[in-house]
Amino acid sequence: MSSEKKYILRFTRLNRALHVFMIISFLILSLTGMSLKFSYTGWAKVLSKFFGGFESAGYWHRFAAVIMIIVFISHLVDLVRVKRKEFGSWKALLIGKNSMLFNKKDWQDFKDSLKWFIGRGERPEYGRWTYWEKFDYFAVFWGMFVIGSTGMTLWFPEFFTNFFPGWMLNVATIVHSDEALLATGFIFTIHFFNTHLRPEKFPMDIVIFSGRVPLEEFKLDRPQEYKELVEKDELDKYFVEQYPPIILRGMKIFGWTALSIGFSIIIWIIYAMIFVYR
Amino acid sequence: MIKIILIQVLIIIILPQVLAQSNEECLMCHDDPDFKAKISGRTILLHVNQKSFTASVHGDLDCIDCHENYDADDVPHVSERAKVECGSCHDDVQELYVECLHGKAKAKGDPLAPLCQDCHGKHDILPVGDHFSAVAPMKIPFLCGKCHREGTPVQLQRNIPKDRILENYSQSIHGEGLLHKGLVVSATCVSCHSAHRILPHTDSRSTISRQNIAETCAVCHAEIETVHRQIIRGELWEKQAHILPACVDCHQPHEIRRVYYDYGMADKDCLECHDNPNIVASADGHSLFVNYDTIKQSRHTNIACSQCHSEVNVSKHRPCETIENKVDCSACHAEIGMEYSVSMHGSLAAENDENAPTCKECHGTHGTLGRLNPQSPTFSINIPDLCGKCHREGETAAVRYTGTEKDIVNHYTESIHGKGLIKSGLTVTATCTDCHTAHKELPHTHPESSINRNNISSTCGSCHHGIEEQFDKSIHSPLVSDTDKELPVCFDCHSAHEIKRADTEGFKLEIMTQCGRCHEEIAETYFDTYHGKVSQLGYTKTAKCYDCHGAHDILPTINPESRLSRENVVETCRTCHPAANRQFAGYLTHATHHDPDKYPFLFWAFWGMTGLLVGTFIIAGAHTLLWLPRSLEWRRKLKKMRQEDNDSSESVEDNNVDKA
Repeated sequence: MSSEKKYILRFTRLNRALHVFMIISFLILSLTGMSLKFSYTGWAKVLSKFFGGFESAGYWHRFAAVIMIIVFISHLVDLVRVKRKEFGSWKALLIGKNSMLFNKKDWQDFKDSLKWFIGRGERPEYGRWTYWEKFDYFAVFWGMFVIGSTGMTLWFPEFFTNFFPGWMLNVATIVHSDEALLATGFIFTIHFFNTHLRPEKFPMDIVIFSGRVPLEEFKLDRPQEYKELVEKDELDKYFVEQYPPIILRGMKIFGWTALSIGFSIIIWIIYAMIFVYR
Repeated sequence: MIKIILIQVLIIIILPQVLAQSNEECLMCHDDPDFKAKISGRTILLHVNQKSFTASVHGDLDCIDCHENYDADDVPHVSERAKVECGSCHDDVQELYVECLHGKAKAKGDPLAPLCQDCHGKHDILPVGDHFSAVAPMKIPFLCGKCHREGTPVQLQRNIPKDRILENYSQSIHGEGLLHKGLVVSATCVSCHSAHRILPHTDSRSTISRQNIAETCAVCHAEIETVHRQIIRGELWEKQAHILPACVDCHQPHEIRRVYYDYGMADKDCLECHDNPNIVASADGHSLFVNYDTIKQSRHTNIACSQCHSEVNVSKHRPCETIENKVDCSACHAEIGMEYSVSMHGSLAAENDENAPTCKECHGTHGTLGRLNPQSPTFSINIPDLCGKCHREGETAAVRYTGTEKDIVNHYTESIHGKGLIKSGLTVTATCTDCHTAHKELPHTHPESSINRNNISSTCGSCHHGIEEQFDKSIHSPLVSDTDKELPVCFDCHSAHEIKRADTEGFKLEIMTQCGRCHEEIAETYFDTYHGKVSQLGYTKTAKCYDCHGAHDILPTINPESRLSRENVVETCRTCHPAANRQFAGYLTHATHHDPDKYPFLFWAFWGMTGLLVGTFIIAGAHTLLWLPRSLEWRRKLKKMRQEDNDSSESVEDNNVDKA
């Protein structure tokens, strides 16, 4: 039955691999980082022990940070490659229909979405990238810049204090930790909802691992992109075979693991903030 | 009548002039420093130093006052060469001298007998009070020692019952006072033996006879009865003076120290009965057997029975029948006795408390051993067990104790001191008695207690002296900080019985809360920083209070010596951060983002970030919540669509969405 179903390829192999590494590094960073931020709680101490004591947890944190930076750089390098191969110029890449940059349609989609939410319109015809996906995408850039730079400052304080006064380390600590709280909070609630938990996708959308969307779903979810592909008669180019069930199950297990860790962290944070905050 | 007066006046006026003339006449010859004469085959210097003579006590006298029979004109006085008789003026002294050993020896014609001039000199006699006098107190031991020291003819050839007199004296408390401390009121030879009536101690008139010695000693030691009340009951001085020991029975002549020598009843007299293993007390039947061997192997091997079991009366058939009181160790160990009597143990014993330990509970009785003997219960390694006999949990003392220290012996055993003592066998490790003292242990609330808050640093400092020195200079020392607040002392951080090594993890982590007990705000803000957070996770490598501030040598940061002074702070950071620089040291180690006045940057950074966080969540959260109902609707739509799909393909397979 499923073999008769048609699937559309949504994410390239590299993008999917990068996202997997992103998930792994992000989870490690969150777990080790939060154990420090909420060090006064019992769960933080257990978590810290799980990572082999604090010192070891610190190494895990830095190791994961390096992975994430590599992921980020790989993506940038990939962008250059994609530009050269598929678009020819930055302008084509950035202004084009499938650009990640916000454009007029996103603004329109946003307004239409709100209208749809309150029952004053139909579901907007979303394109290849919706505005919330673009928001998530740029949140990573912002996070990389803010958390990454402060993180490096805290990693090499002796070096950075050659250029900044010592209290900048205190500021960097606050910024690093609060921005991290924002990032984890956002990813583990808003992002999880938007992509996995919202009822139509519930409990999980494994497209980021498989890269494949059933054609039917694709038609409904991204009517604009579907229409364009049909108009250009390029739909056939994106048809792919679904992975065998064993691989799909592996992807689901991985996804579930990541989701559970994320939810756990959220619960721990909420517990710490409400019951033992100081 | 007038005539007589006139003659007398003339005599008074003229006579001295005549006599003065006479001195001058003598000195015509005797002023010559080389004036010698050969008398009885010996050449004798006959020079008289006029200057020292006029300075002497006899300076006002004329030569012929002493040299009575000399005629100035009859040179060289061959006919009337008679000896000078000091006794013609000093007749009272002469009387004493004649009776005395020296005088008698002279009378017997003993060539070694000392004459007046042998001690006092001749023409240059100075008053006793003059430090230059030959008989000034400082010189007496040497003066007497001229004859009475080892190797002299007197000591070798005459019957002198004591030996090494001068040597012993110089080491005695009197000799030390006189010779080392320059106390001229210290007893010298003449203080006890008298100056001119030196008699053997067997002579009942002698100042050192048994009958008189107490009186002699009491000349200086006036309060001696009071001092000896520990040993001799007051009324005995009057009633039974004859059975009291004489001073010298305990305090050896010439060797007087706080030492006692055995004298009096012989042990064998006691052992006549007490050597019998079957001897029992008639009152309650407890054994009175004394194993003499244990005494001989004990610390008291040279102490006679009667020295401890005092009140014996040698004149009785059973000398011990006069004994009414139990052995009082403080008779000899007086200072310890005083300490004990004020201690908790002693005051309980004074109340006849059945649990109160007395000397023998810790030291034993006849077999008592010195604390340096490993067999002794008071040997350092045995002390925790000794004290534990009562102070172990559940034992008599522990049951009565109401303070905060629990399970003392076990905690001690696990402490650094206990491990050092018991596991490593380090006998110098602090045991119970090192902190609580052996005999004067008092509750910590007592101001004299060695473990009182005000005394504990010197108690710990008796071993940890270097630390005490540092601490005394630190901001926590009452010598430095004048404050009403309670300053921390050793046990506030190190605890009392659970003292841990300062390099163990537990200690390192606890210390932050220890400091935080007083420095509440500083500790709290510390926990807001990286160092504090990491420490809170149980990680000891990051900086804790003492890493930056020091431990015992904490100084205010304004002090240039402080580890955190401007001069030293970078160096302090470098102990962990080798590349630290001046700006690095500007890191706020106790910063809080809750104080906009003190740390505005942190305050605004925190609230800026919090604003961003809250803002993002409000917008994204609202978006999500609004989306929820539509999404549900969409889900139903999808489901319906799929069902239609399945129906059209006549499939019975359940779909995943249903299940979920």
